[in-house]
Amino acid sequence: MSLVPQLLFTGFGIGAIYALVALGFVLLIRAASVVNFAQGEFSMLGAYAMVVLSGLLGVPYWVALPVAVLVMAGFGVLFAGATYWPLRHRGQLPVIISTIGASIFLANTVLALYGPSPEVLPGLFDTPGFEVGGVFMDSQYVAIMVTAAAMLLLQFLIFEKTLLGKKLQATSQDKEMASLLGIPVALMVLITFAYSAALGGLAGILVAPVLFVSVGMGTIISLKAFAANIIGGFGNIPGAILGGLALGIVETFGAAYVSVPYKDALAFGLLLLFLLIRPQGLFGEKIAEKA
Amino acid sequence: MSTTTMAAATGIPQARAWRGLPALAAAIVGVLALSTLVPEQGYTLNIFMQAATYSIAVAGLVVVLGYCGQISLAQAAFFGLGAYGVALGTVDFGLPFFVALLAGVVSATVFGVALGLASLRLGGHYLAMVTISFQQILTLVLTNWAGLTHGPDGVKNIARPSVPGLRLESGDHYLGLCLVTLMGITWYIWRLKTTRLGRAMQAVRDNEIAASTCGIDIFATKVLAFGISAVLGGLGGGLFAGAFAYISPDQFGFGESIVLLTMALLGGVQSPFGALLGTGLLVILPEWLRFLRQVYLAVYGAAVILIMVFLPDGLWGLTHRLRRPAPVAAGAVAPLPLLSQRGTETAEIAMAINGLAKHFGGLKALDGVDMAVRRGTVHALIGPNGSGKTTFINVVTGLYRPTAGRIAIAGQDVTGTAPHQRTRRGLARTFQNIRVFRGMTVLENVMVGAERPGNDIAEQPALVVERALAALDFVGLRGDAHRMVGTLSYGTQRYVEIARALAGSPQVLLLDEPAAGLNLSEKHELGLLLRRLKGHGLTILIVDHDMNLVEQVADHITVLNFGRRIADGGPRDVLSHPDVIAAYLGEPRQDAAA
Repeated sequence: MSLVPQLLFTGFGIGAIYALVALGFVLLIRAASVVNFAQGEFSMLGAYAMVVLSGLLGVPYWVALPVAVLVMAGFGVLFAGATYWPLRHRGQLPVIISTIGASIFLANTVLALYGPSPEVLPGLFDTPGFEVGGVFMDSQYVAIMVTAAAMLLLQFLIFEKTLLGKKLQATSQDKEMASLLGIPVALMVLITFAYSAALGGLAGILVAPVLFVSVGMGTIISLKAFAANIIGGFGNIPGAILGGLALGIVETFGAAYVSVPYKDALAFGLLLLFLLIRPQGLFGEKIAEKA
Repeated sequence: MSTTTMAAATGIPQARAWRGLPALAAAIVGVLALSTLVPEQGYTLNIFMQAATYSIAVAGLVVVLGYCGQISLAQAAFFGLGAYGVALGTVDFGLPFFVALLAGVVSATVFGVALGLASLRLGGHYLAMVTISFQQILTLVLTNWAGLTHGPDGVKNIARPSVPGLRLESGDHYLGLCLVTLMGITWYIWRLKTTRLGRAMQAVRDNEIAASTCGIDIFATKVLAFGISAVLGGLGGGLFAGAFAYISPDQFGFGESIVLLTMALLGGVQSPFGALLGTGLLVILPEWLRFLRQVYLAVYGAAVILIMVFLPDGLWGLTHRLRRPAPVAAGAVAPLPLLSQRGTETAEIAMAINGLAKHFGGLKALDGVDMAVRRGTVHALIGPNGSGKTTFINVVTGLYRPTAGRIAIAGQDVTGTAPHQRTRRGLARTFQNIRVFRGMTVLENVMVGAERPGNDIAEQPALVVERALAALDFVGLRGDAHRMVGTLSYGTQRYVEIARALAGSPQVLLLDEPAAGLNLSEKHELGLLLRRLKGHGLTILIVDHDMNLVEQVADHITVLNFGRRIADGGPRDVLSHPDVIAAYLGEPRQDAAA
């Protein structure tokens, strides 16, 4: 049994989840300057949507999955309408506080409906996995990695090759200018919210068989997304992805070699380390505001 | 005129440091008398204990969030550190209560300052993230490090202090101690808002860049505000442990931090009285609404959003509408002492810039610019769009670090210093896109300018008010002194900015496109104001497009194009210089010249 490659595999798998959530988080920062403290709640809700659809209503897994992701996209628009829209002209602070409120509201509403005991979601495949060169490839982790890679590729194609993608990019770079060019900025921002929520929901569904579905998963995932962002460079897209992967690996090795109960503390330690030594992150530029 | 009569004549209460103390003393006596009516133990006492100790922690949020605009999501963690300090100190280490309380407060402070130092150099959301993480970690540690913290079972049998004659062991007397502490803190926080430090915090909240160009050390101010909130969190928690004799980790979780935040927001995060109101309501309401027990955190979450949208100043903010508007400041003030009248400076060159360069990657936004601003002159910097004017200002004021070159103010090198340090040397500026402190009145805005470190009267509150009024007088805004600055027109806000700069008695006043966004008559008035300033001998560096304005006031003009100085000299020579004409009107065509 070779421990190091096994841990690398697991770390990459969990890191891919963090990367997906962090990606949704960064897109909102760039498109709407919203630092969304309820990002992890998107994952929690996505997983619960899946529990309702496939567990409660008996919808087949492969139908329930896209439906749940679509539901999350719709929820993203609703979320924007409640937390961002009424406050969008009042600066960053009120929006941040209202997303914190939303996070608490969502977690505790689900808690009241479903109770504190975790739910179980099945994985994408029935087979538990296979072994390659002494490393056990858990099928769910493989699914996570493949889906994450596919999503990144899809996003790259949309952003770089389509008009919609260009409009989204223009909106994130300079809203005023984009609006002068006739781009419907409000619509672009709403699309970003929908996409960000769908991405988070998908990550939640993928990670559910590994972590269980629980009300507390949102906060934990939010924290990982922040940490991934700071490690990668705040508001930086490749940074968020690499930051997420790095975090997954550090955490998995930490749990194996250091301590299991303090596993979540490692993310925080890494975050603090970066804030102290390299606050602009791996890829970030020096933070400067134009006068 | 003496300073006290001055303050009275102008109707400004800020100068009286001990304002409200008689009311505080009366309130303490009254509350102590009432607290003897509370039973020695039981339900009612517990409600009061909880409200009093929570209120102290919520007052901390008023400072960090309300005054300074930084989000802390770990107030329950600091509360917990204070509580565990008292619990473990008295139960396990046998310390006297007040020593243990001190230890708890110190540990909260140390963690608070350390987290602040790590995260506050960057934007406000970094503190939110770091505190949320810290909150989670502390819960993990309190639950898992059973050897120190007794683990999830918590700590029992925490003793109350014993002071001869005060009978603090008894519940009603201990409540008295908590209430007196709370009232003292409420008074302090209320006064803090009108002090130099309080104004600095609000300036940082409203506009960090403008605050730093008023000489405020943004980082230190934020760390201090967060430190104060951690102290108050720890103090509230320490008293809480004594009040209930039993504590456990689940009382100091993330959910409780949100409860504290909701209390502050509901009551009104701008005022310690709002904190009292919000805390009182949210301690009592859940007792009345017991049927909501299962969902009360969900309700709090929804309440946070609704408050942000519909009640941004909280319930206490509603009382603002009932208050009498402050009287218009009347009475005479001494004229604004501009530099010419003080006559203390002798250096010939007010600001010297040598070989200044700023490269962004391959782009040379500034490429070896020299400039000497002579004392008592109006020096204009002009150039077409993209010539490097804005970069020049950002480098000179310290927002950007230069790639090469030197900057000296009044003979002292400031090249590597932070913006606020340059302000201390006497550099003042206004902004092209107006940057005023929107949450403050016109007078408070200008007072922040007068409190520039290094200004002669910065340390004397009464004279700060007088100087601010004089500056407002100079620009003709005395009558608007008590209006919120956001209610003024754009053009008028520009005068507030100029008054703010003048109140700091600058060595050099830097005006960044002052005519931008002004209409024709406003531009005319601005020209008159600048000529008055020039008449007083103030050294001004003005950067503008408006040739008309520049011709009216400039003694000396420097022209930039593509990051290089292309002309420098008196207005007549410079404006007829062929390179300058070419830069503004375009190069003559090659064939036309031939």
